[in-house]
Parts: sequence; structure tokens; C-alpha cells
Amino acid sequence: MPFLQLSGLTKRFGDVVAVEDFSLAVEKGEFVSLLGPSGCGKTTTLQMIAGFEQPTSGHIMLNGRHLEEVPARNRGLGIVFQTYALFPHMTVEENVAFGLEMRGIDKKERARKVAGALELVQLAHLAKRYPRAMSGGQRQRVALARALVIEPELLLLDEPLSNLDAKLREEMQLELRRIQQEAGVTTLLVTHDQNEAMALSDRVAVMHHGRLMQQETPFHVYENPKSSFISTFLGKTNSLTATLKTTNDEGSALVCNGMELAGPPAHLRPGPITVSLRPERIEIVEAGEAVVSGPVIERIFLGDQWLFRIETPIGPLLVVRRNRGQREPEHGETVHLAWTPHHLRLLPKEDEAA
Amino acid sequence: MTRRSRSRPWILSAPALLLFLVLLLVPLAMTFILSFHSFSFYGGITPTFSLENYIEVLSDGYFYEIFGRTFAIALATTLICAAIGLPQAYFLSRMHPFWRSVMLLVVLGPLLISVVVRTLGWAILLGNKGVINDALRDLGLITSPIRMMYTSGGIVLALVHVMVPFMILAIWAALQRTDPATESAAESLGARPWTIFRRIVLPQAMPGILSGSLIVFSLSASAFATPAILGGRRVKVVSTTVYDEFLNTLNWPLGAAIAMLLLVSVLAIMVGWNRLVERRFAGVFE
Amino acid sequence: MRHNGLFAKAFSVLFAVFMLAPLVVVIGVSFTPEGFLEFPPSGLSLRWFRAILDNPDFIEAAWVSLQLGVASATVSSIFAVPAALAIGRGRFPGRDALQAFFLSPLTVPTVVLGIAFLRFLSFLNANGTFVGLMLCHAIIIMPFILRLVLASVTGLDRSQEQAAVSLGASDWTVFRRVTLPAIMPGVIGGWVLAFITSFDELTVTVFIVSPTTTTLPVRLFSHITQTTDPLVASISTVAILFTVGLMFLVDRIYGLDRLLIGEGAR
Repeated sequence: MPFLQLSGLTKRFGDVVAVEDFSLAVEKGEFVSLLGPSGCGKTTTLQMIAGFEQPTSGHIMLNGRHLEEVPARNRGLGIVFQTYALFPHMTVEENVAFGLEMRGIDKKERARKVAGALELVQLAHLAKRYPRAMSGGQRQRVALARALVIEPELLLLDEPLSNLDAKLREEMQLELRRIQQEAGVTTLLVTHDQNEAMALSDRVAVMHHGRLMQQETPFHVYENPKSSFISTFLGKTNSLTATLKTTNDEGSALVCNGMELAGPPAHLRPGPITVSLRPERIEIVEAGEAVVSGPVIERIFLGDQWLFRIETPIGPLLVVRRNRGQREPEHGETVHLAWTPHHLRLLPKEDEAA
Repeated sequence: MTRRSRSRPWILSAPALLLFLVLLLVPLAMTFILSFHSFSFYGGITPTFSLENYIEVLSDGYFYEIFGRTFAIALATTLICAAIGLPQAYFLSRMHPFWRSVMLLVVLGPLLISVVVRTLGWAILLGNKGVINDALRDLGLITSPIRMMYTSGGIVLALVHVMVPFMILAIWAALQRTDPATESAAESLGARPWTIFRRIVLPQAMPGILSGSLIVFSLSASAFATPAILGGRRVKVVSTTVYDEFLNTLNWPLGAAIAMLLLVSVLAIMVGWNRLVERRFAGVFE
Repeated sequence: MRHNGLFAKAFSVLFAVFMLAPLVVVIGVSFTPEGFLEFPPSGLSLRWFRAILDNPDFIEAAWVSLQLGVASATVSSIFAVPAALAIGRGRFPGRDALQAFFLSPLTVPTVVLGIAFLRFLSFLNANGTFVGLMLCHAIIIMPFILRLVLASVTGLDRSQEQAAVSLGASDWTVFRRVTLPAIMPGVIGGWVLAFITSFDELTVTVFIVSPTTTTLPVRLFSHITQTTDPLVASISTVAILFTVGLMFLVDRIYGLDRLLIGEGAR
């Protein structure tokens, strides 16, 4: 039996279905991310686990207990809110102590645990400060300490890093991972930021339109997306419309915009499909080895890498190249592109709506 | 949890709701009923049910004059407040922050001072031997005093003083919501200051002018202290007439009928105004 | 930042003169050594301020007003805060109607409210009692408190309360430890505005006072309608100074513009 088990979780608001038949299993100590665009139902799912929303149907089991009937205040979960939700009229210390106070823990023990939690988030020196006198990153740590000090069975993180600037966010990602591992707490993160989800979690569960699309390790989801939505949502990709002609154990034959291409073996019926090709898998080669050729129509320098858009017979292709300090193709220059067929991902064609 | 959270707002507002039902709705209903009772000087109030009080009010030119004067005063006050309030609110939004807070104190401060005290000030200013007449006489501009006490004009002047802060607040709130860059944009497109004011500022201030006018009009139509002190027995308005019926003549049923007519006409004007505004300016709001 | 031209400055100065003139005149008149109203006063004398002490009925009236203001603002707050919490968060059927009902004392002409309360209280034989007066004031000033508390409630971060719940706090603890401190500025602001409104109220009060519960505005009003002497000016001056003092206090604690304009002013 998994530590946290969500089964058939559904939430309707009137006619609107926010979450539909959502099932997920999380093992003890695991760090799982719920990833999806805004409005995909991930926050509603979190609110149901926390007890702030009542599921329309479905079950939530934590460590062998049913949570649905337990009021939010007795669920004993640690929650870090998007806005941090620190109590502005209490000091850092008082904020962190609040949950212990509610549990009737005596003063001495409380002080010891608060000190420990602040030590963990490296804020022991700011215990007497008020939240308004702190930076975003520090508030974030206070929120984390407040959630962890009650030694929750489950830690819920609701877009915890979205209010930080880019540089601080990267630092906090590492910090968050360290703290989570040190505390050894089972963690569920809700985020729309694919980088955050990939950097932090053991497993990523991608949500779209209230449904679970795929749940695997970040590497696996990135490498083998199950749908073209996931392939475009996680990282950059070239999505091509093509027709699958034949497929067998050796490989497959595709036609894309009138051009024949070789692909990997596919578990799809011949017919229209979507082909995903990651821009970093496309190489610039000599004319003789080219699969397709065309002129550079866009050229963007990103510091550590170059981004090209190249007009080819199968459509415009995005190509990413690591910046090694050497000459790169100029705007308008014709380049020759190639890739190995097993880097193509053949995905079922989706309706625009899905 | 779900069932509890559904009934919760009603549980929380139940005490206040009860207070309002007992102490607001019941008294108003009792007053409504009272307006159908009859009154005689010797017999007092008899709990009959007749329209005689309403017929008396609606068939007597004296009451038409009072109602007409009341609404004329309210209308004049509203127009003057809008005419002063719009430019003043606009200037306020362009002031240096220090002067703006000073000016806000000047605008808002009087709101917190009793209307009785403020009207006393106007009585001192407007009297035949008052400050204004004295000053004009000393300057040799007039020989005999201009009568300002016990005139509708005097009441309007003092009411403008009482009401103009509400107008400025409403317009200022509307201007606060606008993007100051819209004025710069108009200027960059070649508009002159007056055009900017007329074409850019005025339309955006319109919601404030409309809501401010409604507040000023309804408060002016039911104002009591100012017309009572500056108008006395000579220039009567609806509220002072009601006061006299209740506390001097003791004809409560007639007073209640007059009050009900005031209530109904003020509410009708408010509802009508809102309708008109919603239809005409639907695009300006939201 | 755009700047005002000469016309705008002149307009503003004239407007300020208009707004302050009646107050300046009242204060000026109160310092006259003469027995009649004169402005500017021919000399400076505290004669009419001393005269206040010889008129205990005014002092008593001021004392009644003070007690009435404190009691009605407090009672009204106790009713208004839960109602504001209910209305300020979440939608429920009847919410708009409920809010309109609680704000209705602002729409009904005050003279109508005055006779309605008179009718009701005399029916109960409670006319002129302090409790009756206090409850009527509580009704009239409720909209002021409700509006300010409502502004704080809608500005409240819901997740603060959720955080407290997730840490194990009961409903009452959440209210006492998280919600109330967060909306306190609104409650205090509303209380002060309600107090001032009650302290200054005339139109309703004039109908429902008895000789023992006469408030300062009613006492001043009945004095002014009979005669205007420097005594009313000196009493008014004291009232103005009291209000100005209160205003500065409020401005320090809450911000006067926020109090009168609403949360959006800052």
C-alpha cells in the first residue's frame, strides 16, 4: 500500500469539472510534482488533500487513514502557500511556534523545536524579526520551517517559488531539495514551472484539463512524452504533422509535408500522427549528410546557447546549439540538418482542444 | 464541512440581521402604518386606516411648494457641487503629494465636524449683520445688507459646503482608478490641456460624478440641520416640516405621511438615476 | 508628475478658503470679549470659554454624547464584524441583498429614520432612554463600520487562515489569532468613524432624546434656533478642537484618507 493514495478524485464546481478521476500513488519519502498549466486542476487537487475543498467523489488515503472526513485542522499536513501566508503580526519565532502551540506542546519543547526548524532553514539569527522586514527568500524559508516543525506526514508545496526572482529561484530549488531530504518528509509540489518540477522531484505527474496525463521520472517524461501536449509543455520541441506509412520492429516510415522520413518503431496505427523532435537533437552537418536543408530565418543568442529557426521543406525547425565560442551560421545562410531516426517521438495526433 | 460552510455566512450575520429587522424594518413599517392613522387636536391619534393624510398633502399647494423647494435646493446643491468638485478633484490628483495631503485634510476634515457647528459658522457669515455683509459695507460696495439668512440661496451655499467633500471623494476615487499615462498619451498625440480634460479626464471621471451626484442629491433632499438653522420657519423644507409636525403640532400621522412621501420620492429618484446611468454609461463602468 | 497651472492653484486656494471660512469664523467669534457675535473679535478673551463652566447642561450633554458614541460604536462593531466576515468572503445566495440591507441606513433619509425610531421607542415606552438611543445610533453607524471592515476582509489573504487551520487551529483560534489581528486596522478605523458620526448626529437624535439624554449636537441646535451668542461659538470651538485632535490621532494610526475614501486610497 503506498503512503499517499489518491483514487478517482473528482471535483466539480457546478458544471465545471476542475479535477476528473485523478489517481496517484506516492511512496514514503518521495518528492512528487504535480505539473501543469494554470487551470489544469493541480491547485484544486492540493486543496482537496489539504482539506480546504471537499472532493465531489474519490478517496484520499494517507498512511492507511481516510482523509476525506478529517477536518483540515486535524489532518496534520505541512503546507507552504504560494503567498507564504505568514502571520504578519507575529515574529518568525511565533509563526513557526504556532502549530506546536495548537498541539499543546509545552514552552520548553516548543522553543527547542522552533530553534531546530530555524536551524534547518538557516534562519536562526532572524528569529525575532517580523515577516515584513524580510526578503522573499527568507519568508519562503520561514514558511517552510513553519510547515516542517509540526513534523507532518506529508508536505504540500503550492507554487512555493513562483514569487521569487529567477536567480533566487534556482538557489531555493537546491535548498528546498536539501531540506526535504534532510527532513525526509514525503512531499507533493504543485507547480506550473517545468524546470522546477524536473529539478526537484523524484517523479513528475503532468496534469491537463483536470486529468492526469503521465507520471514518471522527470527524465522519462522529458524523453518519452506520452502526448504532444506533454512534449510541448516540458521543454522546447518541434511538433510536426506527419503521416505514418508503415512500422515494424526495425523502424517506421513517415511522410511529412511530402518528404519521406525514417522514424523509430511505433505502437501506432498508420495514419496522421504528430512527430516531436527536440531542438537539441538536431545537428548541423555537411551538405552530403543532410536530412533537410534551408536558410536561417531567426538567430537568437542566449549566452550559453544559440537558438536558430530554419526554414525547411518539412516546416520551420527550431535548433539549439551549445555556445562553444565558434562561428555559427548567419541570418539567411543555408544550413544542412540531420538527426538520428530514434530521436523522433511519434505521438498520436491530438485534437486541438485536448 | 460543505453543509456547514453554506449556512455559515447566515450564522455570522444573524445577530446584525436580527438587530436590523427589529430596529429598522419594524420601525419603518410602523411609521408606514402610522401614516394611515388619523389625528385630531383633542382626540390625538386614532388607529384608523385611511388615505386622508396623503390626500391632504397631495391636494395642498403649500406642501407642493415645500417639496418643490426641497428638490430645487437639492438639485442646485448637486449641480454646484459637481461644478466645483470636478475641477478640484482633478487638481487634487495633480498636486504635489505634500499639498495634496494638506488639501485632503481641508476637504475631508469638515466632514468630521458636526453639521450644527458648520452651519453656525454660516449663520455668522451670512447674517444681515454678519461677516460678509459687514465686509461688503466696509468696502463701500453696498449700503444696505444683502439678505442671505432665511433664503434658499443661503441654504444652498451652506449645503454645498457640507456636501462637496462627498462629491470630491467620489470623483477622486474614479480618477484614482484611471491610468495617468492616458493623459500623456493624448498629449503625445497632439491634444491641448483643455482637450485632454474634456476628452480624456472627464469621461473617466464620469462614474465618480454620477455616483457623487446621487449621494449629494439624496443627502441634500433629506438634510435637516442646515435648512432648520438657516431657513428657520420662513424657508421650510420637507425634513423641517416633518420635524414641526412631530414635535410642535404633534400631528404624527400627517408627519409620517410627509416622511413616507419623501422616502418614496428619494428612493424613486435613486432607482431611476441608477437605471439611467446603467443604460447610458454601461460601458464606462467596468 | 504633471503640475497644476496658476488657475488651478488659485481655484484650490479659493476652495480652501470656502471650506475653512465657517470654521475660522466660529473659532474667531468665540474669543470675543463682548456679549454679542462679532468677527473679527475686538479683543482676545477667554470669557466665553469660562462661561461654558457656568452652563453645566452643555457639559452634561457633551458627556452623554461621549458615552453614547463609545457605547454605540462598540455595540455596532460587535454586530458588524461577523457580518462583514460573512459578506466579505465567498459568494452565497442573498449576499448582495444582505449587504444592501446593512448599508440601507445611508439611503433612507435621516429624518425618516428619526421618526421611525421615535414611533418604535414610544410604542415600547423606551423613548429618551440611553439604551434606546444607543441601539438606534448603532443602526445608523453600522454602514460606516461595515464598509471599512469589509475593505479589510476582502483584502485579507485567505491562505493565512488556511495556514493556521493546517497547523491545527480551531475556528475560534483562527479568528482570534489570525483574522482579527489582520482586520484590526479596519475595525479601529470603522469604530472611530462610527464614533464621530454618532457624536455629531443630530437629525435622528433630535427626535428621540429626553431632557436627561440630550446630546451635545441637540443641545447646541436648540440653543442656536433660539439665539446665537458667543457661548455656542466657544462650545463649538471646543468641539472642533476635539475633532481635530481625534483626526490627527486617526491619521497617525490608520490614515485619514483611507478612513474616508476606503482601502484603495493607498
